[in-house]
Amino acid sequence: MSVRTPTRRGRRVALNVAGVVVTLIALFPVYWMVLTALRRPGDIKRPDPSLLPTGLTLDNFRRVFEREHFWTSVRNSAMVTGIVVVLALLIAFLAAVALARFRFRGRKAFLATVLVVQMIPAEALIISLYRILDGRHLTNTVIGLSLTYLVFVLPFTIWTLRGFVSGVPFELEEAAMVDGASRMGAFFRVTLPLVAPGLVATGIFAFIQAWNEFIFALVIMNRPETQTAPVWLQSFNEGARGTDWGGVMAGSTLLALPVIVFFLIVQRRVAAGLTAGAVKG
Amino acid sequence: MTTHVPSVTAAATPVAAGRRRRGAALPYALLAPAVAVLVLMLGYPLVRLVVMALQEYGLPQVFGRPAPWVGVDNFRTILGDSYFWTVLRRTVLFCAVNVALTMVLGVLVALLLDTLGTVMRLVVSAALIIAWAIPPLTATVLWQWMFDSQYGLVNAVLGRQGESWLADPLSFFAVATIIVVWMGVPFVAFTVYAGLTQIPVELHEAAMLDGAGFVDRFRYVSFPALKPILLILTSLSILWDFRVFTQIYVLQRAGSVTRDTNLLGVWSYNVSIGQNRYDIGAAIAIVMVLITVLLTLTYLRAMLRQEDA
Repeated sequence: MSVRTPTRRGRRVALNVAGVVVTLIALFPVYWMVLTALRRPGDIKRPDPSLLPTGLTLDNFRRVFEREHFWTSVRNSAMVTGIVVVLALLIAFLAAVALARFRFRGRKAFLATVLVVQMIPAEALIISLYRILDGRHLTNTVIGLSLTYLVFVLPFTIWTLRGFVSGVPFELEEAAMVDGASRMGAFFRVTLPLVAPGLVATGIFAFIQAWNEFIFALVIMNRPETQTAPVWLQSFNEGARGTDWGGVMAGSTLLALPVIVFFLIVQRRVAAGLTAGAVKG
Repeated sequence: MTTHVPSVTAAATPVAAGRRRRGAALPYALLAPAVAVLVLMLGYPLVRLVVMALQEYGLPQVFGRPAPWVGVDNFRTILGDSYFWTVLRRTVLFCAVNVALTMVLGVLVALLLDTLGTVMRLVVSAALIIAWAIPPLTATVLWQWMFDSQYGLVNAVLGRQGESWLADPLSFFAVATIIVVWMGVPFVAFTVYAGLTQIPVELHEAAMLDGAGFVDRFRYVSFPALKPILLILTSLSILWDFRVFTQIYVLQRAGSVTRDTNLLGVWSYNVSIGQNRYDIGAAIAIVMVLITVLLTLTYLRAMLRQEDA
């Protein structure tokens, strides 16, 4: 034992060092983005930038807020994201109930389709979707972009919600009906609350997808006043490169902020939803 | 857009036959909206893509001129173009390198998470979650800033101010790889770590009694247990890295020769949206779809088998 202790301690130290290294690699770029966003131009454009936060300012953020089309792009993104989340949850929930609670002809085929569809690279469909939307005068419209996003979040949303719905035993609903609840009443009072964590998780998934998406927005929303936030950021990035890294990093930080917040929520909620075992008898 | 693993697989709920006879049309009504969206926004565009690839579809057709049928001419054009093979080779190579790096580093980080003490594990997990949550565009722009030739931190640290990382194709793809792997490792690490925690401790104890070291235990205990997860993760990584778009597009715009840095996805976009050759772009896109489906067949088969069970 006395021989092994030092090597064991050595291993522990090595592991912790590795942990610190991984933490730094994961976090440092994010730290650098936020630090640049909070710096004065003079501190950013230096051959020997300081790694420590000194002389911080909110000027970059102020400039972003005042920049043309920033708020319009945020509003466009918020509208598209809102529509996608609501429609995706509604449509996917109905489909999930059908798939989890009924046996019917074509069920297997539909499930297989949902799986296969997830393998189709969305990027391959940009061209034809753009031509289709353009032909229907749906480019540069919130509804055109929302419908596009909807189809790409639906397969995952349906698949996940189906799992949550079938996780609630039908016997619970039956018990409620025995106690006098109508079929609908039983469903809304028993099943729906138990599926809530699944709705939260898939809703946030849809939120993140719609908020982050760049390529379709780039093609479909090609006017400055219809841009979504990521497209706005990239046009800012292309236009201001070399002159305003503080502003570009402030914009990047603002784009990432809501996603990080929701990510932290979903981590906990999904874990809670899966471990709490909504049905404890 | 990225898709995530359908992680929640339901145990089939047997519903007694006959219980539902009365509402035979109900499940179809419930499915109708989903089917409508899938047919209109996915089925129709797929058909349209194939049709466009079989037509001559350029600028005149955008302005309403009828599109003449040309059969498989567009496919013949790209398959006969040596540039197509260059881009395809480049795309496959980029995908292979990125998937390999993401998987190896992801598994290593997962093993690290598994052996760390509670506090350190929480710290590392929190850092990984934040990196994971950064939107793809933000991640690309922030790494672009790190590698900026004039004031980027990388050049400042290396003392090579003015060196352009994006001008040379090799270092361009190195930067793109760093971004893709940095974004991809957290998901792999968390999923593999979740798998590791499912392995009964007794198995490891038994192996230790038999004198197995860390490496042997990974080889004979962890690896076989993780195999299905690793298979799914590899398939998904292939799927994502084969069609990588945002990173390449943004880095190209930041200063590189487009021709030397095109991958299939960006090339298809540049040809159609940039040069109005929708016919050729559609043909490239179809080749992309076919390769992706071929590459992920194993994954699909595994998932469908799970569904049957």
